[in-house]
Amino acid sequence: MTGRVQLAVIGAGPAGMAAAVEAANCGASVVLIDEQPAPGGQIYRAITSAARPGKAILGDDYENGAKLTDTLAASTVDHWTATTVWQVTPEREIYMTRDGASHRITADAIVIANGATERPMPFPGWTLPGVMTAGAGQILLKTAGLVPQAGLVLAGSGPLLFLIAAQYLRAGGAIEALVETTPRSNYRTALRHLPGALRTPGYLRKGLGLLAELRKHKVRHVKTATRLQAVGDGRLQALRFSRAGRQHEIACTTLMLHIGVVPNVQITRALNLPHDWDALQRCWRPRRDADGATELDGIFLAGDGAGIGGAVVAELEGRIAGLASARALGTLETGKAEARLAAERSRLAQEMAPRPFLDALYAPSPEFLAPPDDTIVCRCEEVTAGQIRSYVGLGCIGPNQTKSFGRSGMGPCQGRLCGLTVSEIIASETARPMAEVGYYRIRPPIKPVTLGELAALHDDQAAAADRSLENAS
Amino acid sequence: MAVALGLQQLGRQVTVFDEGDRAFRASRGNFGLVWVQGKGAKLTDYARWTRQSADLWPAFAEELREAAGVDVELTQPGGIDIFLSDDEAEAGVKRLQGLSAALDGDYPFEYLGHNALKRLVPEIGPDVVGATYSPMDGHLNPLYMLRALYAAFRRAGGQIDSGGTVQQIEPLGTGFRLQAGGNMIHADKVVLCAGLGNARLAPMVGLDAPVEPLRGQVMVCERIRPFLKFPSVQVRQVGEGAVQIGDSHEDVGFDDASTPRVISQIAHRAVRIYPLLEHVRMVRSWGSLRVMSPDGHPIYDRSVQCPGASLVTCHSGVTLAAAHAKILARWIAEDQQPEFVESFSAKRFDVRQVA
Amino acid sequence: MPSASTFARLPDGPAEDITILFNGEAVRARSGDTVAAALIAAGHRITRTTPVSGTGRGPYCMMGACFECLVEIDGEPNRQGCMVQVRDGMRIDAMSGARKLAEGNP
Repeated sequence: MTGRVQLAVIGAGPAGMAAAVEAANCGASVVLIDEQPAPGGQIYRAITSAARPGKAILGDDYENGAKLTDTLAASTVDHWTATTVWQVTPEREIYMTRDGASHRITADAIVIANGATERPMPFPGWTLPGVMTAGAGQILLKTAGLVPQAGLVLAGSGPLLFLIAAQYLRAGGAIEALVETTPRSNYRTALRHLPGALRTPGYLRKGLGLLAELRKHKVRHVKTATRLQAVGDGRLQALRFSRAGRQHEIACTTLMLHIGVVPNVQITRALNLPHDWDALQRCWRPRRDADGATELDGIFLAGDGAGIGGAVVAELEGRIAGLASARALGTLETGKAEARLAAERSRLAQEMAPRPFLDALYAPSPEFLAPPDDTIVCRCEEVTAGQIRSYVGLGCIGPNQTKSFGRSGMGPCQGRLCGLTVSEIIASETARPMAEVGYYRIRPPIKPVTLGELAALHDDQAAAADRSLENAS
Repeated sequence: MAVALGLQQLGRQVTVFDEGDRAFRASRGNFGLVWVQGKGAKLTDYARWTRQSADLWPAFAEELREAAGVDVELTQPGGIDIFLSDDEAEAGVKRLQGLSAALDGDYPFEYLGHNALKRLVPEIGPDVVGATYSPMDGHLNPLYMLRALYAAFRRAGGQIDSGGTVQQIEPLGTGFRLQAGGNMIHADKVVLCAGLGNARLAPMVGLDAPVEPLRGQVMVCERIRPFLKFPSVQVRQVGEGAVQIGDSHEDVGFDDASTPRVISQIAHRAVRIYPLLEHVRMVRSWGSLRVMSPDGHPIYDRSVQCPGASLVTCHSGVTLAAAHAKILARWIAEDQQPEFVESFSAKRFDVRQVA
Repeated sequence: MPSASTFARLPDGPAEDITILFNGEAVRARSGDTVAAALIAAGHRITRTTPVSGTGRGPYCMMGACFECLVEIDGEPNRQGCMVQVRDGMRIDAMSGARKLAEGNP
């Protein structure tokens, strides 16, 4: 699997599927590369599986994914499943692992649509076995039909927390409590954005519907909780928190956390693309224009990996990037492209209308941005917030310096789970803006790769070089 | 930092000006060897100076442990330079023989053929021809060393100004005026330890630092339970278990990217040396810029034109850190003239003098 | 040691049809499960100990980002349990600290 393709799309979620299908329908040869065994991304995970839970549990929005996977199946897109990209170069080479071997392709254009990851929610005890993300809970439900029957607490902030609660209740699951950490002040800030959000009222209606489901099932719903702490002897036994000056403790064996999602910037960072700090979403966004084009020729971005908008926005951005890359490849005429792009952009603006309201309402509480000293922030290397603060005391002014001092971000996850937190701690300690503090320099590989695979690539390259020498002589 | 720590310990009041978070920092990309074998083939004083520093390291590491509370994980079990062809082996042995002769035989090393090496290092693969072993060599954790130097320096009362790049140094009647990140600072003495930045700063105080970047790519693998006893130039296992593999020599200017082509070549070599690394995963690779003078040796100078200004630059900052802190700092602070130092003046690059 | 699982499969979904081994003990699983999901379903919440401090960890993100669910699968250490699908007879072992090199090595 080496060679050249016209368009390579990385990620088979809504953005990637839409981009791939759109470009293929314009006549481009397209490969769609994804780590999972089936299309859908995390939001539509297992959508093509016969064993997955039905609409009555997962809801209408999830079913929308089937339309996308149907159009993908009907298209000429070459879908490489179970394939892990480990490096993308500015020259548009893609290195990836499939079936234990590494491969390289070169593409005339690339759409990076690698989606979002859960925002890290560090607090003392969040590394205990039994603590996981709400997204993990949804994946267990979609892929394995697993529903908690006892000992579940949901904690944090944001619509996904209410969605998964409702899905579990519909599936006959049990929830001990939903502990919301949304600060009271968020409601005031969000109110300003309410009129804009009402332009596309569907999201708000759905949110209120989910809350009504929780009330109907009489789920214990704690609001404005602070000072979270997970406790247990070797594994999770309880969640502690404060509310209105009083300590509370709820026994639990599973704690699912969520405080929003953030773009997965590993590939765009490793490409050294410029990233801007989004103060409202409190995350980094790789810079791109209205068509998804980056400053690297032929490399486009779409979906939550470029800025959080949700599944519908991701799909629209995917179409835009697909059309724009087809235009760049010459398989779509410029005039036609413009008309279609304009239509997609106007739908996109409509879909984006509720974002400022949602982002303001569910802005993460500061206690999870820069957590207390005894919190492990780098889960791989077990570096605490206090250690990061001590390195700042020694003169470190950025995350790459604290990385050198204490190994935070050097483990296998490559800073995915601590990158934002470490920079937030440094920003707060040095009273400087995040844009100035910056982020880890992400180095390849994006995912660990064996030396044997790398060595085999060298053999291939050496053989290719020999062949070209022979041809020349 | 080693020089700054040495000066601070001698009672000077030192402020270090440090660049921003993503500056080119050779010290952060370092391989971590405290290495003697093979160095100084063209300049015998460099071999002596290197060895002196390696000898100073155990006491210096102990001092850092006490002063900073950081264990730099120094071990000096001897090191091996591994050869994959007869030509490589022959050149390697010849180099060490030459050094030994220049140093009147005081240069312990031995050549081990495949079978002899296999007894010492059973993990080697069939492609390994042999290796030179020298008891002089060792390694440490370069990141812990860096943190230890910072911490010891701060505890000794040193100041760090991370305000930005030093743009301008202006010699005054006595002392100097520095401009860094919008601030003006006065100093009695100035020591330039700015790595590649020295090339720009040196002429401001009547010195010369003809240094250029040479990229080295290095990779690090997941943690493995300790299995490698001896560090080598090619592969070493650090204290926490990660295996570091390097390194390339590429003249690519100020580009510190890592490239799959070079990385796969490095992996290929590593697997030939130690076949059991085949299933081990690389977790990170990086490029870093070495600070290279025309002959690869350090440059130490004091300015005649602007008394009080001096220059320190080298590409073996780990190996030489002990000598920099314990010996070179005295030369800078007290005008002592230690052995060897004059051999490292940039005057050696002055064509007129050589001619 | 597993505790009684607090998760149950949806009643109308497919049955658990295969058997895998976790630390030598038989675990029933469903075709299509990831290794991490199968272990959670069976009540195994601690699936490795860390190389740094030796404390127990379990699956956290289930989407390949966090590397908390690293396990040894059929003799290959440090695989992401959430990214590998189970097969009948698959041998899975918790990672105990840093990996070993190969059989016979430390």
